[in-house]
Parts: sequence; C-alpha cells; structure tokens
Amino acid sequence: MLSFFFDRRSIRPLGLFAVLLATGLVLAPSSAEAQKQPGVQGPFALTNAQIIQTPTDTIDTGTIVIRDETIAAVGPNVTPPDDARVLDADGRTVYPGLIDSGTQLGLQEVGSLSETIDHNEIGDLTSNMEALTAVNPNSVSIPVTRVHGITTVLTEPTEGLLPGVAALVSLHGYTPQQMHEGGVELTKLDYPSTGRYGPSDDRSPQAIEKETKKALDKLNEVWDKAERYAQIDSAVAAEPEDRRRPKYLPSMQALIPVVRGERPLLIEANTASDISSALDWAEERGVIDQVILSGALEGWRIADEIAAADVPVLVGPIMQPPSRDSDRYDKAYRNPALLHEAGVTVALRTNNVENVRNLPFHAGFAASHGLGKTEALRAVTTTPAEIFGVSDRIGTIEEGKRANLFVTDGDAFQPATDVEHLFIDGYKVPLESRHSKLFEEFLNRTPGLEK
Amino acid sequence: MTALSPFRLTACLLLASLLARPGVAQDRLRADAPNDWLIQDATVLTVTNGTIENGDILVRDGDIAEIGQDLSAPGGVQTYDASGEFVMPGIIDAHQHFGISDVNEATNPVTAEVGVGDVLDPYDVSLYRGLAGGVTAAHVMHGSANPIGGRNETIKLRYGATNPDALKIEAAPRTVKLALGENPTRVHGEGRDIQPSTRMGVEQVIRDALTEARRYQEAKDAYQNGERDRPPEHSERLEVLAGVLSGDIIPHVHSYRADELMMLMNVLEDFGVQDVVFQHVNEGFKVAPELAEFGDDGAGASVFSDWWAYKFEVYYSTAYNAAILTENDVLTSLNSDIPGEQRDMYLQAAKTKRYGDLTDTEALKLITINPARQLGIADRTGSIEEGKDADLAIFSEHPLSVYTKPQRTYVDGVVRFDHEDDPDDMRLRVDPEGTVDLARDGAYGRTDANSCLHGAFLQATESGVTLEDADQWNH
Repeated sequence: MLSFFFDRRSIRPLGLFAVLLATGLVLAPSSAEAQKQPGVQGPFALTNAQIIQTPTDTIDTGTIVIRDETIAAVGPNVTPPDDARVLDADGRTVYPGLIDSGTQLGLQEVGSLSETIDHNEIGDLTSNMEALTAVNPNSVSIPVTRVHGITTVLTEPTEGLLPGVAALVSLHGYTPQQMHEGGVELTKLDYPSTGRYGPSDDRSPQAIEKETKKALDKLNEVWDKAERYAQIDSAVAAEPEDRRRPKYLPSMQALIPVVRGERPLLIEANTASDISSALDWAEERGVIDQVILSGALEGWRIADEIAAADVPVLVGPIMQPPSRDSDRYDKAYRNPALLHEAGVTVALRTNNVENVRNLPFHAGFAASHGLGKTEALRAVTTTPAEIFGVSDRIGTIEEGKRANLFVTDGDAFQPATDVEHLFIDGYKVPLESRHSKLFEEFLNRTPGLEK
Repeated sequence: MTALSPFRLTACLLLASLLARPGVAQDRLRADAPNDWLIQDATVLTVTNGTIENGDILVRDGDIAEIGQDLSAPGGVQTYDASGEFVMPGIIDAHQHFGISDVNEATNPVTAEVGVGDVLDPYDVSLYRGLAGGVTAAHVMHGSANPIGGRNETIKLRYGATNPDALKIEAAPRTVKLALGENPTRVHGEGRDIQPSTRMGVEQVIRDALTEARRYQEAKDAYQNGERDRPPEHSERLEVLAGVLSGDIIPHVHSYRADELMMLMNVLEDFGVQDVVFQHVNEGFKVAPELAEFGDDGAGASVFSDWWAYKFEVYYSTAYNAAILTENDVLTSLNSDIPGEQRDMYLQAAKTKRYGDLTDTEALKLITINPARQLGIADRTGSIEEGKDADLAIFSEHPLSVYTKPQRTYVDGVVRFDHEDDPDDMRLRVDPEGTVDLARDGAYGRTDANSCLHGAFLQATESGVTLEDADQWNH
C-alpha cells in the first residue's frame, strides 16, 4: 500500500526521487489494469509549509497532521506524530481545497452524446430528480478536475423550470453516497428567462415576453399546488387516522422541504430584470430566506437590490463575454467585484463539466478585476462552505475539519503553478488524470517515426 | 452576431452614417489617430530576440523603426510611458469566426468557391473585444460543415475602419478550409443522407475534388500550350482547388483524430502538396513525429489550450497537446475559435506552463510568431523586430500572469484599444433589427457560440433537412 502513497508516475521524476529518498520509500510495480490509482489514508504530517488556513490567516511555517479523514492538528509548533508519514513541504504553500459552486461534473461524459448526459431529464417539472443519483464516481473528468486543487463541487441538474435537486460532492470516492459532502441538497429553480440563449436565438422581443409570462404563470401555478400539497401532507401527518392521503405526486413531494423552509432554493437567473423578478417572487412566496442565487451574469446592474434582499450569489462563469454588445468587454470579469462592493456575499462557479479545472483561473480573473486575491480565495473556499452550510466541515485548514487541501509551488490561481500533493477527505489522491497519462505516453512516443 | 444579408448590411452602413454623432464616431473610427509613437521604459518581450528591460520602441508611420534603450522622440512623435509594463507582439488568433456575417456554406460537400472575405463585418464588436485582449490579427475561417469548405481571410483588427476590405491583410497567402471527422459526416451523411457519412467518405470526397482540379488545370495548361482548342469551362471551385495543388492556397484542416491526420497527409502527399496547417488537431500529440516530418517544413498545428470532451472525437484528449507538439518540433499555435473566447489568449498560452512546462518564450510563441508563420505573415508581424508592423500589446504585468491586464493595443502603430479610454458601449452602429438590446442569458457555454458549425442549421433547414441542435457540435 505504501507504493500508492506517492504519485508514482509523476511528471517530475527528479522531484519524486528526492521525496522518495527523503522518506525511504521505493517504487512498486505499476498496475496498468487499474482504471485509476486509488488514494491512500495517513496519518500524514506536512511539515515546514506555508499554510493558508483561511483567506486571511496564514501560518508562515507550520505543520499539518492528517489522521483518518480529518485535520488532527495544525500550527507553527505541532510535532509530527511517530506513526505519521512525513512530507517535507519546505518552500511550499498549502491551500484549503477549492469549491466550485455550480457544475454538472459527474453527470456528463461527452458533450454531444446524449447517452452520456444525465443532468437534463425530460419535462418542465422534474423537481424529484436527484443529481446525486447519476453522479458517476469514475467520470474521466473528475481526476482532471481535482488535480488543480478542486476538492468539492456543487453538481446540478439542468433544463426545465424545476430541474431537480443539486448535490454537493467531494471529488474522491467510489459511490455517489461516499462522495456526498455534508448531505447538502438544494432544490433548483431555473427562473423564467427573458434573455437570449445565444447568437442563434432570433425570437422577437414580443415572443420572448410572451414565453416568459407563460413560464412565470406556470411557476406560480406549480407553487400554489406545492403549497397546497404540503398543507395536505401536514394535515394527514397530524391526523393520519382521519384523513385520506392525497394522490402521490413525486414532483410535489420533492418540493415539500422547500415550501416548509427546510431546504435551500437555488435560483438560476442571469438577466437583470429576471434576477429582480426572481427576488420579488421569492419574497411573495415567503422563501426569500432560503434563496441562493446562481449565475447572475447581470447581477452587477442591480447589485444594491441583491444586497438589500440579502441573498448569497454563486457567480459565474467569470471568463465569459458580457451579456450585451453594448456592455464593456470586462463586465463579466468585474461582476464578482461589483457585487462584493455592494455588500453581496459572493461565491464562484464555472458552470462547466470537463473544464471545471479552470476554477482557479476564473478566480484569478475575478481577483485582478477588482475582487482582490483575498476575497477571490474566499469565494472558492470559506464563502461557499458557509452558503452551503458546511463551514464546520470544509473550506479552511483548521483542526477538526475534513482534510481537503493541496500543496503548491506557488499562487494557486497562477497557471504556471504546479500542484504537488492533494488530499481529499484525508486520502492522499494521486495527481494523475487522462491528460497527464497521455502526456507521459506520447511526449516521446515509442515507436517514433520508424517501427 | 446576427447574420446580415448584403442588402441589410448596406442598409446598416447607411443608417450608421446617418445616425453617428460625429464627435464620438470620429474617436472610435480612429480616422486621424497617430501612428508615430515612442513607447518608453517597458519590459519588451520581443519573442524572437529575447527580453529587453527598460526598453523603448520607436514607431514611425506604423512600423517598428527602432528598438533599444533611452531612445529619444523625434518631433511630432507621441510618447507613451510604459514603465512597469510589458510589451509583447500583438497576439495572432489562428482560428476565429468573428467579424463575418456567415460561417458555413453547408449545401455541398465541396464549396471551395465561396470565401468569408466576401462577408466581412467591420462592425462586429467582437473585433474590439479581441483588441481588449491584445489581439491584433486573426485568421477568420469558414466553418467545418464540408470536407472542403470555403476560403478564409487573414485580417488585422482595425476596429473603427468601416470598409470591410480595410480589415484584410492583402499580402497574406490565401487559405482554404478543409474539415474531417464528425462535423462533415454529421452534416452531409446524417443530415442530408449523402456522402460522406464516414471518415472513408471524407477521404474520397477530398480525393475526387483534387483529382478533378488536377484535370482542370491540365486542360487549362493544354489549352495554353496549344494542345487543346478551347479552355475548360471556368469553375471558381476548381480554380481554388488548383491553387491548393500549386501551393498558392494553403489548406487549413479542421481535424481531431490521429488516423484522419495521417489520411490527409497521405492525400496531400499523393497530390504533391507541401504545406498544410491542421486546426484543433486534438490528437495531434499522438502523431507528432509524423506531423513534424511532413513535406518540406512539417505540418502546422493550431490547437485549443484545454478544450476536450465536448464530443466523442475529442474524448481522448490532453491539455498537454501543445507541449507535446512543441517538444516534437511541430510548428504549433493556439487559437480561440469562438467569438467571445478571443479575449484571454494570453491566459491560454500561460496554461502551457502548467501543462508541460513550456518556457515563457515558447508559450508566447504559440500566440505570436508561430501563428504568423502558419499564416505566412511572419515577415510583417508576430514579433517585435525593426521593420515589422507596429502590432503591439501592452500589459500591466507579465502577460502570462493570471493577474495581468491589457493596457493598450497598437495595430500598425495606431492605438485601437486603450484601457484609459474605454467607454462601456464600443459599438460602431446599432443593429436596426435588434432595436431592443436584449441580454444573452448567462448560461454561457461554448455551445451557444457562433463557431465552426454555425449556419449549418439554417442552411440545411432551407434545403428541407432538419439538423436539430446543430449549434451543439460547434468546433
């Protein structure tokens, strides 16, 4: 088992060799049949590291002890336990694992092949669909993502008015249940949009208005029904003997926790007027305290209104063009900063699948476009942990938290930086993916030109 | 961009001239903007001749006149204090679809007779957004619906010029689009029930067309030599393909899989074609030695930094593609393909430092001198050298830092982007068809964009074929 401790096929043979020498480990034969290399548990001690405990709290030189799935100790004067495998991280920086607040990771393998896509169930009203069910723990995109230090993602169903239930997942594990982080589930509402889908959307403004109104009427009709369904459910529960159970409606049943205020409501809206309308709607329906806004491409236009509504926002993707030809080229990059300045709580998302790995670069762009490095780091660590209600478990490097962290040779948002070690739920996860394996095989291909 | 018919485009131009407020319009058109500059005290990343600290660049009449230190400004030359900033050659995007009103003539497997140079749209604000990312030149390409598509156009981002022809780099060699794999087989085989529906069919469509072109040229030659009474009937399609055979028109080939790269190299070899640039070429890394060995100078490869898994033929990809190709001596560039993605090519280049540890210079070459060589414009642009066009991008920090921001972009010595003079609305006209400035919904994905396969949907619909979600298969 010790052999799995290090990334045996690291693309930095010299560095690996040095680490192996330092720890007295030897290479084991490779097991080429394995679909992916498994992670291994500690205890581990990362010593002499610069430790970014929280975005505003850094230990210049310290030690982290990882035991089982948690951080057992962290501090400048922590002594590595005798049974720990020691990793000297001198000159290296340790970051808390990054969190992407909106993806379809695990739910899609190949973008053009519907057989491999599981986030878009048929129907407008599919609130009973659970993303967690369809998360493929062996998706090729998962290792590709986590080698950039991304340890946790929100993965979401798409399409329809109420597409289903999003789940927070940890990017290590062999079953969806093992990956489910903190049991976090959010019901998603794709708020009726007055925006265009893209360049090929040539509907007239009147047609768009008509369709939006129809969708909004439908939403209100559904919500009336959901409220009534929940009332009946409560009444039946109170007097099970005397009342007849209503007809089972799975989509309504799935909305009960939201109607009762027990589950967050993730509302995706992007056009300014849609965001505004969504906030009004949530206020009227009495769910505003549960709302988490997602997307919010034009959030900057009504930042004060969002701040006044006191709803957190999962912004992104950051690296995209502005929503209108008449907007400045960098409005999407500046959106997180403008929202933050107005007092809105901001986390970042990529809204991607195979390139969720670019989250650090989205954060870097947000940082340079007004958000600043500290706030940008918050937006991919502590803030999403707080928004999803798991700040007692993830988001920082503190004693008792889950050991989700990674070691770098520099600023985690810089493309030139390399991630050297990665831990998820206390497992040391190999830094390999399809991309790195193909690199190793083909950099100096054998046979070359002549066979 | 909404597609504009020539008539409608003319109407737009007319309307723009009527509505434009002279003061504002003048500024954005940059009609009288100076092209004599002294850029001072910058870190100059020449790309081909190392880095000059505290370097000056003297620009005269739009050309780089002198590079050095402590140069002085002759009379009438404006100065720009670039201390603390970085100057690199203007970025060249080897594959884009902005600045044109049509992308795909998806009505026939072979449409070499058309060219996107005929539908240039100088009003596309995407051009400005490219400038705002340090891009000064681009290869605007026909789409990938057909095994042999139309001619492409190599342009400079002279946003402000209202004559479409003013964008063209007249001296650039002509190029034509070819496309292999899933896009042409889907559009024609699956969508129209004609060949090609397989990669075998793609090869034969291309061989047939080139054979016909060879016979056409032979007939023309025979007529000129007096061996034939009449010339062959003129065919613009075959004229273009004959240009490919003679080496005057360089094929730029949309391609992904290793086997189809080998196929096309074999075809070109059989027809004596020496120059080719493969586009996207996600599996180029698998046959890098063969690419390097092709023809006299090797085949070129213009790749994405990290796009993959959006369809099956890019599932077995690696973001280390550019590094593997570079290390195997394949002339390699990066491109952004999709309007909207042209703004951050310096970041895409920086990713090659993570994916394969390329040096700063190697990374910068991918978006400067290498695409210039692939497009045959390296004698004029792509590096900071005396005598070349003053196409320059100035950044606040090293351009390979995620925290850098473009400050100024010069095209032929004219400042066409300046972060200090950058109002929100940089449109040159308002589309009368789009009087309501509706927002694009933010569910942004590459699938929304106006890329390689855009237009195939509409064209195919008109011919009675439905291609649902054609936008989905876009590159």
